[in-house]
Amino acid sequence: MEILLVIIIGLLYAAGIYMMLRRSLVKLIIGLILLGNGANLLIFLLGKIVKGEPPIIGSTEKMLGELYADPVPQALILTAIVISFGLQAFAIILIKRAYKVVKTDDLDEMNATDEDL
Amino acid sequence: MSNPYIVLPVLFQLFVAVILMFAWNRKNLQKLISVVGSLIALLISLALLIKVNQEGIQTMQAGGWIAPFGITFVADTLSALLVVLTATSGLAVSVFSVGSVRNARIKFGYFPIFHLLIMGLSGAFLTGDIFNLYVWFEIIIISSFVLITIGGEKAQLEGAIKYVAMNLLASVVFLTAIAILYGLTGSLNMADLSLQVANVSNRGLVNVTAILFLVGFGIKSAVFPLYFWLPASYHTPPPAISAIFGGLLTKVGVYAMLRVFTLIFIPDDFLTTVITVMALLTILSGGFGALMQNNIRKVFSYLIICHIGFMLAGLGIYSTVAIAGAVFYLVHDIVVKTNLFLVSGVIFKFRGTYSMRLLGGFYKEQPLMSLFMAIPLFSLIGIPPLSGFWGKLLLIEGAMDQSNILMIVFILLGSFLTLFIIAKLWAEVFWKDAQELPKKKYIRYFDELKPLKKQAMLASVVFLSLISLGIGFGAEWVMQLALRIAENLMDPSPYIQAVLGS
Repeated sequence: MEILLVIIIGLLYAAGIYMMLRRSLVKLIIGLILLGNGANLLIFLLGKIVKGEPPIIGSTEKMLGELYADPVPQALILTAIVISFGLQAFAIILIKRAYKVVKTDDLDEMNATDEDL
Repeated sequence: MSNPYIVLPVLFQLFVAVILMFAWNRKNLQKLISVVGSLIALLISLALLIKVNQEGIQTMQAGGWIAPFGITFVADTLSALLVVLTATSGLAVSVFSVGSVRNARIKFGYFPIFHLLIMGLSGAFLTGDIFNLYVWFEIIIISSFVLITIGGEKAQLEGAIKYVAMNLLASVVFLTAIAILYGLTGSLNMADLSLQVANVSNRGLVNVTAILFLVGFGIKSAVFPLYFWLPASYHTPPPAISAIFGGLLTKVGVYAMLRVFTLIFIPDDFLTTVITVMALLTILSGGFGALMQNNIRKVFSYLIICHIGFMLAGLGIYSTVAIAGAVFYLVHDIVVKTNLFLVSGVIFKFRGTYSMRLLGGFYKEQPLMSLFMAIPLFSLIGIPPLSGFWGKLLLIEGAMDQSNILMIVFILLGSFLTLFIIAKLWAEVFWKDAQELPKKKYIRYFDELKPLKKQAMLASVVFLSLISLGIGFGAEWVMQLALRIAENLMDPSPYIQAVLGS
């Protein structure tokens, strides 16, 4: 399971960076999304994966049993997912607006910011 | 000891933002609430600084969870000082916005989002939890995304794409670093991490994580190989917005670096060398970049990069004196950079252009205002006794102690480049004879504004100039504060003790 996740995370990071380096705006956003998912899986992996041991204290017990899944990474991932969801939604609307105003999808042609007044 | 009021500067900004949303369509009411709110926020943060100064480091455990399990808020002198500076810049920009921001932008919620941005900045300075720092960073960037695009002009949108892409990338790098750090130590509390990271046996992985943090914060603070988004975007939004960006957003990256590389990762020779080389090249590339520009806002953008290099140099030298220099420079730079972008806004309102070639004759027309504008410009160079001088003095002293000749040469070269650029700018904008410029229809010139708006714009420039003067002439006091902050950064045991208990 760990090995599989390691490979997936590596692929997501590689694909994300590759997509970000393309000139198209849409690919830029896709790259960012892939990178974000890679980071989320990385948190999941590094929080040590434990199978079938939820961190729940039984009604008769006072503390957690011997082996339990760490709940913190899940809280972190949940936060990160919500944040990246909002940011990605904004970024998609931004490229749509930019496409309407600049009328191109090519980053190389977006050089109004370099113009001398 | 848990003191809930240390999050008051954060909560109050949120409160102001919520109140502003209730006054969505009433722009004059919004302006009034924003200015009064910023003023009260400044008083609250000053009270926090005084309290921290008298009683030492204050902490708050959110929800009563004992550290290191819950989220901790920590107000040490550095955090409290930066919160005060944030509130000061916030007040100046809020007053300036009364005069300069267009109604169309106010209708799309300029003021509430501005206060949310200030809230994010205050939160980032006050948190003692590395993942919570990430969350505050996200609050800062989402508010800044809206502010940079609000109005939707062509240049703004293009600048925003570069800004958004790089900042999202920085967030992912930062998140990756947090993930690895959590995997190594199982903790997120910065004070706890400080103890845990020292015990990790896999030093190679610790160094990789440190470099990831350096890259993440490096993008945010625009250091040498990672700064290209800044000059492509900071000159596109209206001057009030670029003032708050230029003054505070890059500095929060510098603060994060100061915190992380003194508390969690104690830099070894390799890391200090990397930081030093980055600092030197940042000074050089920022300085030369500014030389080439004609748009005054682009000149100031490149000067931000150049002067981030000075602060990074303090971290690279890594001695108490040098860190104190970096902290002093941080204090000076926040006030001056905010002011410079406000100055560019005032000049634009008079002339309708940012181009150095077309500008001119400002001194002849507005002699008194020009004098106030000269204060931030000359502080930036570091002419004694203005505020920029003292930070550089400490930095050079720190470099001297380690006989780091290369560093001294670059700091002096950076100052010299700044001198040359500011002299050129002064000659072009203020002393050169004025040219007749064609009036542009879509700009509301200064003369057409109501008296209150005129006064608001000029008052904020004068206010920040006087604070610059205050820092310069009250350097003794600020320097003692900076030295004490540097001592606390170099020896984090009081910080750790305050958070974790004995």
